[in-house]
Amino acid sequence: MSGKKLLLENIEIPGIETFEIYRKSGGYASVEKALKTMSPDAVVEEVKKSGLRGRGGAGFSTGLKWSFLAKPEGVPRYLVCNADESEPGTFKDRYLMEKIPHLLIEGMITASYALGANQSFIYIRGEYMWILRILQQAIAEAHQHGFLGKNILGSGYDLELVVAPGGGAYICGEETALLESLEGKRGNPRMKPPFPAVKGLWGCPTVVNNVETIAAVVPIVNHGGEHYASIGIGKSTGTKLISACGNLVRPGVYEIEMGLSVEEFIYGDNYCRGIANGKKLKACVPGGSSVPILPHYLVCKTEAGQDRLMTYESLADGGFKSGSMLGSGGFIVFDEDQCVVRNTWNFARFYAHESCGQCSPCREGTGWMEKVLNRLEHGHGNLRDIDLLADINKKIEGNTICPLGDAAAWPVAAAIRHFRDEFEWHVKEPQGAQKRNYGMIEEKSTTLA
Amino acid sequence: MKTHTDTSNKYSEKFEFSPESLAKVNDLIAQYPEGKQKSAILAILHLVQEENGWLTINAMDQVAVILGIKPIEVYEVVTFYTMFHIEPVGKHVWEVCRTGPCMLVGSDKIIEHIEKRLDIKVGETSADGLFTLKTVECLGACGYGPMFQCKGKNYEHLTTEKVDELIEQFRNEAK
Repeated sequence: MSGKKLLLENIEIPGIETFEIYRKSGGYASVEKALKTMSPDAVVEEVKKSGLRGRGGAGFSTGLKWSFLAKPEGVPRYLVCNADESEPGTFKDRYLMEKIPHLLIEGMITASYALGANQSFIYIRGEYMWILRILQQAIAEAHQHGFLGKNILGSGYDLELVVAPGGGAYICGEETALLESLEGKRGNPRMKPPFPAVKGLWGCPTVVNNVETIAAVVPIVNHGGEHYASIGIGKSTGTKLISACGNLVRPGVYEIEMGLSVEEFIYGDNYCRGIANGKKLKACVPGGSSVPILPHYLVCKTEAGQDRLMTYESLADGGFKSGSMLGSGGFIVFDEDQCVVRNTWNFARFYAHESCGQCSPCREGTGWMEKVLNRLEHGHGNLRDIDLLADINKKIEGNTICPLGDAAAWPVAAAIRHFRDEFEWHVKEPQGAQKRNYGMIEEKSTTLA
Repeated sequence: MKTHTDTSNKYSEKFEFSPESLAKVNDLIAQYPEGKQKSAILAILHLVQEENGWLTINAMDQVAVILGIKPIEVYEVVTFYTMFHIEPVGKHVWEVCRTGPCMLVGSDKIIEHIEKRLDIKVGETSADGLFTLKTVECLGACGYGPMFQCKGKNYEHLTTEKVDELIEQFRNEAK
């Protein structure tokens, strides 16, 4: 791994947040190249060739998503950037927008041109209000220099960019809920189909892409789709922003080449530098709170004993039995003192709080899970509760309009699968369980005294 | 999920847009295609809350008039999004993140400490009306926790000592 950077390459340059320095550092070249030398379809073709997959968590092919966009005569099309970064453990988009806002603006212009959108939106979570102002400043600068507005660079192409704030709702990161919110309504997800590519914002064809996905369009257009695809392994091409947090020596946002080993990422000098305070790794949630937790022995190696790599495929190796997902890149690390039951309850509380309330299985089920986990964590549970959780899980999974229900159910199922003894221990020895310093110890009950 | 709280006793609290904020509201609406002015609602509500501290029913009704929609359409939006306060709050609302990644690095301890120092529980306002303490779900500062947000600004890498300093600082600024 050469540690190649495509998005954060220039992030350390002082003043890179200003148009002037960003432009001097080669910024807005993709807009010039696309608008002056390429047709919109040619840009879509490059993105297809790059193998870029949605960086918000789902990992769906971006080129394919773009090619689904309906193009009826006389109907406006929209590009909407999903900057509603709310998945616990994920703070990569914040970093990118805060430090190098023009990269997103450049990506928005190039992508909007490819899709034939003349008005595009960045929907940013309301708690990132200061970043909203950074983006508005960047947009104003781009306007002044003729990269936005009418007849951009004399190409005849017009584009306006609008930044819209959310109001504090995790569910608005789901693309149809985001569109509802952008229309000024409650963020209740829509039934699909119709997909946004056919009926999206105000009933018009719409593409919704994550911040990092749109930023990745810049290097793809600059250097070509094939170049982007040459980085990474197999179907995991290019680079990925990983936001690392939890009990690490050096948490933060890292741009990695797809295919870096998980071990190198956690322990390597260029990355997180190991577990904080000299402690041991107990578990890891590698892709944001919605993905299954991995116990320490499945973090750096797969069940088959191969090195676990930072790719969509390798992190999912073993399916839900012994694998997880790359997800949004929210990499949460637990040291030996952390309590899996407490964390599972914490995440269950999150989903119960964030359920929009539209579908009964999710609205009621997330609340039930939270209650059952709460009593387990606080020593009031019984052994049947563990199976009760599994039962609630099955009743939520697949029975809701949007994936929030699944996202709430999966982490609970995985925690029980890998840490069942810890759940049981909370029932059998609740006093000892409160001490929590048992994570990796083989003979748990004998070490309590 | 939040349920609508009847704040009828505070209904009489009138809210008035200043000429400057009215101009800002019109700019926000003008960003959207004709007939789609409702899209500006969240941005407008943030603006009102910045000015007034919380959203009175009267303020929500005025937003409805400006947008040409029914008052219920504003209420249903306000009660869906957790950033909007539908009850009076203190001068500074400290919103402490309580979600997993922050918990792993000690947010429970920080919340407890703030409660003790301000002599209030989560959800309450201090006797001097200066602080309201709330807990919120993930604010996207997972690598920089524990943290809280106040008036759109993040206070990160918190320790109990840092919290004490901030309380002092906020109190001094209020004098």
